[in-house]
Amino acid sequence: MAQGQMAPGIVSGRLSSDELTSNFSDLHPPLAPHEAAVAADRCYFCYDAPCVTACPTDIDIPLFIRQIQAGQPQSAGRTILEQNILGGMCARVCPTETLCEEACVREAAEGKPVEIGRLQRYATDEVMVTGKHPFDRATPTGKTVAVIGAGPAGLACAHRLAMFGHDVVIHEARPKPGGLNEYGIAAYKSTNNFAQAEVDWLLKIGGIAIETGSVLGETISLDGLLENYDAVFLSIGLTGVNALRTSGADKEGVRHAVDFISDVRQAADLAHLPVGRNVVVIGGGMTAVDAAVKSKLLGAEHVTIAYRRGRDAMGASRYEQDLAASHGVRIMANVQPVAIHGNGAAAEIELEYTSSRDGQLVGTGETIRIPADQVLKAIGQSLDGAPEDLSLDGNKIAVSGAGRTSMPGVWAGGDCAAGGDDLTVTAVAEGRDAALDIHAMLNS
Amino acid sequence: MADLTTDFLGISSPNPFWLASAPPTDKEYNVRRAFEAGWGGVVWKTLGSEGPPVVNVNGPRYGAIYGADRRLLGLNNIELITDRPLEVNLEEMARVKADYPDRALIASIMVPCEEEAWKAILPRVAETGADGIELNFGCPHGMSERGMGSAVGQVPEYIEMVTRWCKRYYDRPVIVKLTPNITDIRKPAAAAKNGGADAVSLINTINSITSVDLDTFSPEPSIDGKGSHGGYCGPAVKPIALSMVSEIARNETTRGLPISGIGGVTTWRDAAEFISLGCGNVQVCTAAMTYGFKIIDELTAGLSEWMDKKGYSQVSDFVGRAVPNVTDWQYLNLNYVAKAKIDQDQCIKCGRCYAACEDTSHQAISISADRVFEVKDEECVACNLCVDVCPVEGCITMVPMAAGEVDPRTGDVVQPGYANWTTHPNNPMAKAAE
Repeated sequence: MAQGQMAPGIVSGRLSSDELTSNFSDLHPPLAPHEAAVAADRCYFCYDAPCVTACPTDIDIPLFIRQIQAGQPQSAGRTILEQNILGGMCARVCPTETLCEEACVREAAEGKPVEIGRLQRYATDEVMVTGKHPFDRATPTGKTVAVIGAGPAGLACAHRLAMFGHDVVIHEARPKPGGLNEYGIAAYKSTNNFAQAEVDWLLKIGGIAIETGSVLGETISLDGLLENYDAVFLSIGLTGVNALRTSGADKEGVRHAVDFISDVRQAADLAHLPVGRNVVVIGGGMTAVDAAVKSKLLGAEHVTIAYRRGRDAMGASRYEQDLAASHGVRIMANVQPVAIHGNGAAAEIELEYTSSRDGQLVGTGETIRIPADQVLKAIGQSLDGAPEDLSLDGNKIAVSGAGRTSMPGVWAGGDCAAGGDDLTVTAVAEGRDAALDIHAMLNS
Repeated sequence: MADLTTDFLGISSPNPFWLASAPPTDKEYNVRRAFEAGWGGVVWKTLGSEGPPVVNVNGPRYGAIYGADRRLLGLNNIELITDRPLEVNLEEMARVKADYPDRALIASIMVPCEEEAWKAILPRVAETGADGIELNFGCPHGMSERGMGSAVGQVPEYIEMVTRWCKRYYDRPVIVKLTPNITDIRKPAAAAKNGGADAVSLINTINSITSVDLDTFSPEPSIDGKGSHGGYCGPAVKPIALSMVSEIARNETTRGLPISGIGGVTTWRDAAEFISLGCGNVQVCTAAMTYGFKIIDELTAGLSEWMDKKGYSQVSDFVGRAVPNVTDWQYLNLNYVAKAKIDQDQCIKCGRCYAACEDTSHQAISISADRVFEVKDEECVACNLCVDVCPVEGCITMVPMAAGEVDPRTGDVVQPGYANWTTHPNNPMAKAAE
């Protein structure tokens, strides 16, 4: 018997198993062949298409859509995967509304872009359903590369290097490969264990070994790697989490949103996953939206996103904000946490209204208290555990060109490296491009 | 409100939209539905001689080609003339005509090229009360292999001979339906006129294979692995039909011969175009087969609205209005100079105009870093390809230059007045104006 939304505190089983299954099903169900044909027919095959320019991995979108039109969706999938080996995941999680689909000329013409993301999923699914890997590995070169981190950047880099015939070992700290694809992305965007299936499929290229539980700075060192490998690619992500400096932030029920999301992704049975009755998420990015929506889907009665600036400044796109709102999440903008109240466990959060004065965010002094038995902190992640010898650019590893760090033989890409948005698709592009650069170096 | 009532060869119908002789008019049930829906007339599915009717294939009769979103652009058919007994068709025609005296009912006929065959069937058709007959000299598939249909339409002497027989043994209007599967449409039209035809109707369908199955290598439509050319119709054939109609309308020997226009009429606009090129009415088939009889509501309302806007009170007011403007290439005005113009407010920046012009035409469109597309007047020959490939109607237009302006492409001053190829200084073979 489900506990219900109004059960007090942080409890599991608020909803029945059926409700949970329905809530966590595919956000965007795959296109059926007829739907794909209709959607593909809308593409104008633009010259030097703006959608391609907007894609961090430069997928030839008009070409792959024309291949769908011409009845060869597997060829379309190959066109995608040649540029972006994680094209399947990107089709599910890319914020297309701010990338390719925002640039689509039919967005300008009619306010309705070609459904590029869903067509990409259709085409890549057609490839993956065959169970065959579409690329061949070149003759082994005998060169070896260490990739640190099996997230999107590391996987993309490893795959491209393996295609060139190099031997790659991926060192991954967590028990499973995939990085944020496995531990971070909204569950309703990556259903049916897609992240692991995609990794398994990617590894069919051959020449890639994954060592899990391998932690840089603990079980392995950069110096040691440089001794044993011809090159090193760092894709260690942002594993640090920013602290919330608010009184009461140490109370029970306050935790990092990324940990909550990871728990949801890894839960064997969502009915056993506890969630608060009144959940408040601090932050305004994609992580905040994902955590808030997941809380609601798990059965929280009230879920509020509290963001200190205006809605326009939120890291989450308007589409993501609307997604949250459509699930019944309340978005409060221009409020910052000043205290979390409660006797041991959180019970209320006190928020202060803010305004912008001369570009500075200042509290107005007016506060509001809302019930909060669970507070999820989504106020950003930071670089943690980067080798000390590497130069930094701000808070990230400094890179030049295609991911070259300050240290010869060491490349970096993905969220840990400076430059680019912290998106799956950007990480794939950086991993791929670093691989091309590493390959050129190994061949020289 | 415009009056759509049409008098074609003395046959009155409440509007100029007749259903062509084809599958939709094969039997009483369909024809009654058509008349209830509002169609002005029907040319009954072609009748053959008395005796055992023809036998159709039992596999696919149609093939198609599509535009975007599977919009049907062209249809191909290998169905023969009616496969029901003559007697049944005649009885049904008589009943329907009696019940719908205000609608046109025409009998389409295809019997062997023997005088006795025509002499035998014509009195029986006359008994039905049908308003006239249409001689099917057009169908290019099946029946042509038996010396009928387009096999007759391709020999002007046969057309003239059979038409003459019909005029001899039948006292109502005789329409001759022409095949487009010939080199010069003026010849069969003239033959029909010489034989005494009251009108011609065109075009019948065009020889076609719609596609090939790349697994079985059978043409489509495929009957047990084999295909035969069928008759092509639908929106894709309209330009061919318009051209053939115009040739008959402006040809000295056939000018004034009434024409019933057929070939891809899909909307009221198509009908108005056929009529403006000299047709007294139009016949429709593929559009009805694609969307059903209800399209007659749009056809009639649309034509009526356009006529009101233009001040035409009846269809005859604009029959043939475009004919004087159909001319030979050599008489086109070479002093006319236009330039493409892109409306930046309407442009969606797809760049198709650029790709088309740069790759396949005159390199007359520029692209900027922020995707502003502009016409280079010094290169533009006004070919219109950019207009044709632009997805936004009205975004690119052809703007004529005024006399006295300098064409930046040629450096020449645009001349006033008219100068065609026969007189233009660009032509070394030009003759001095007489």
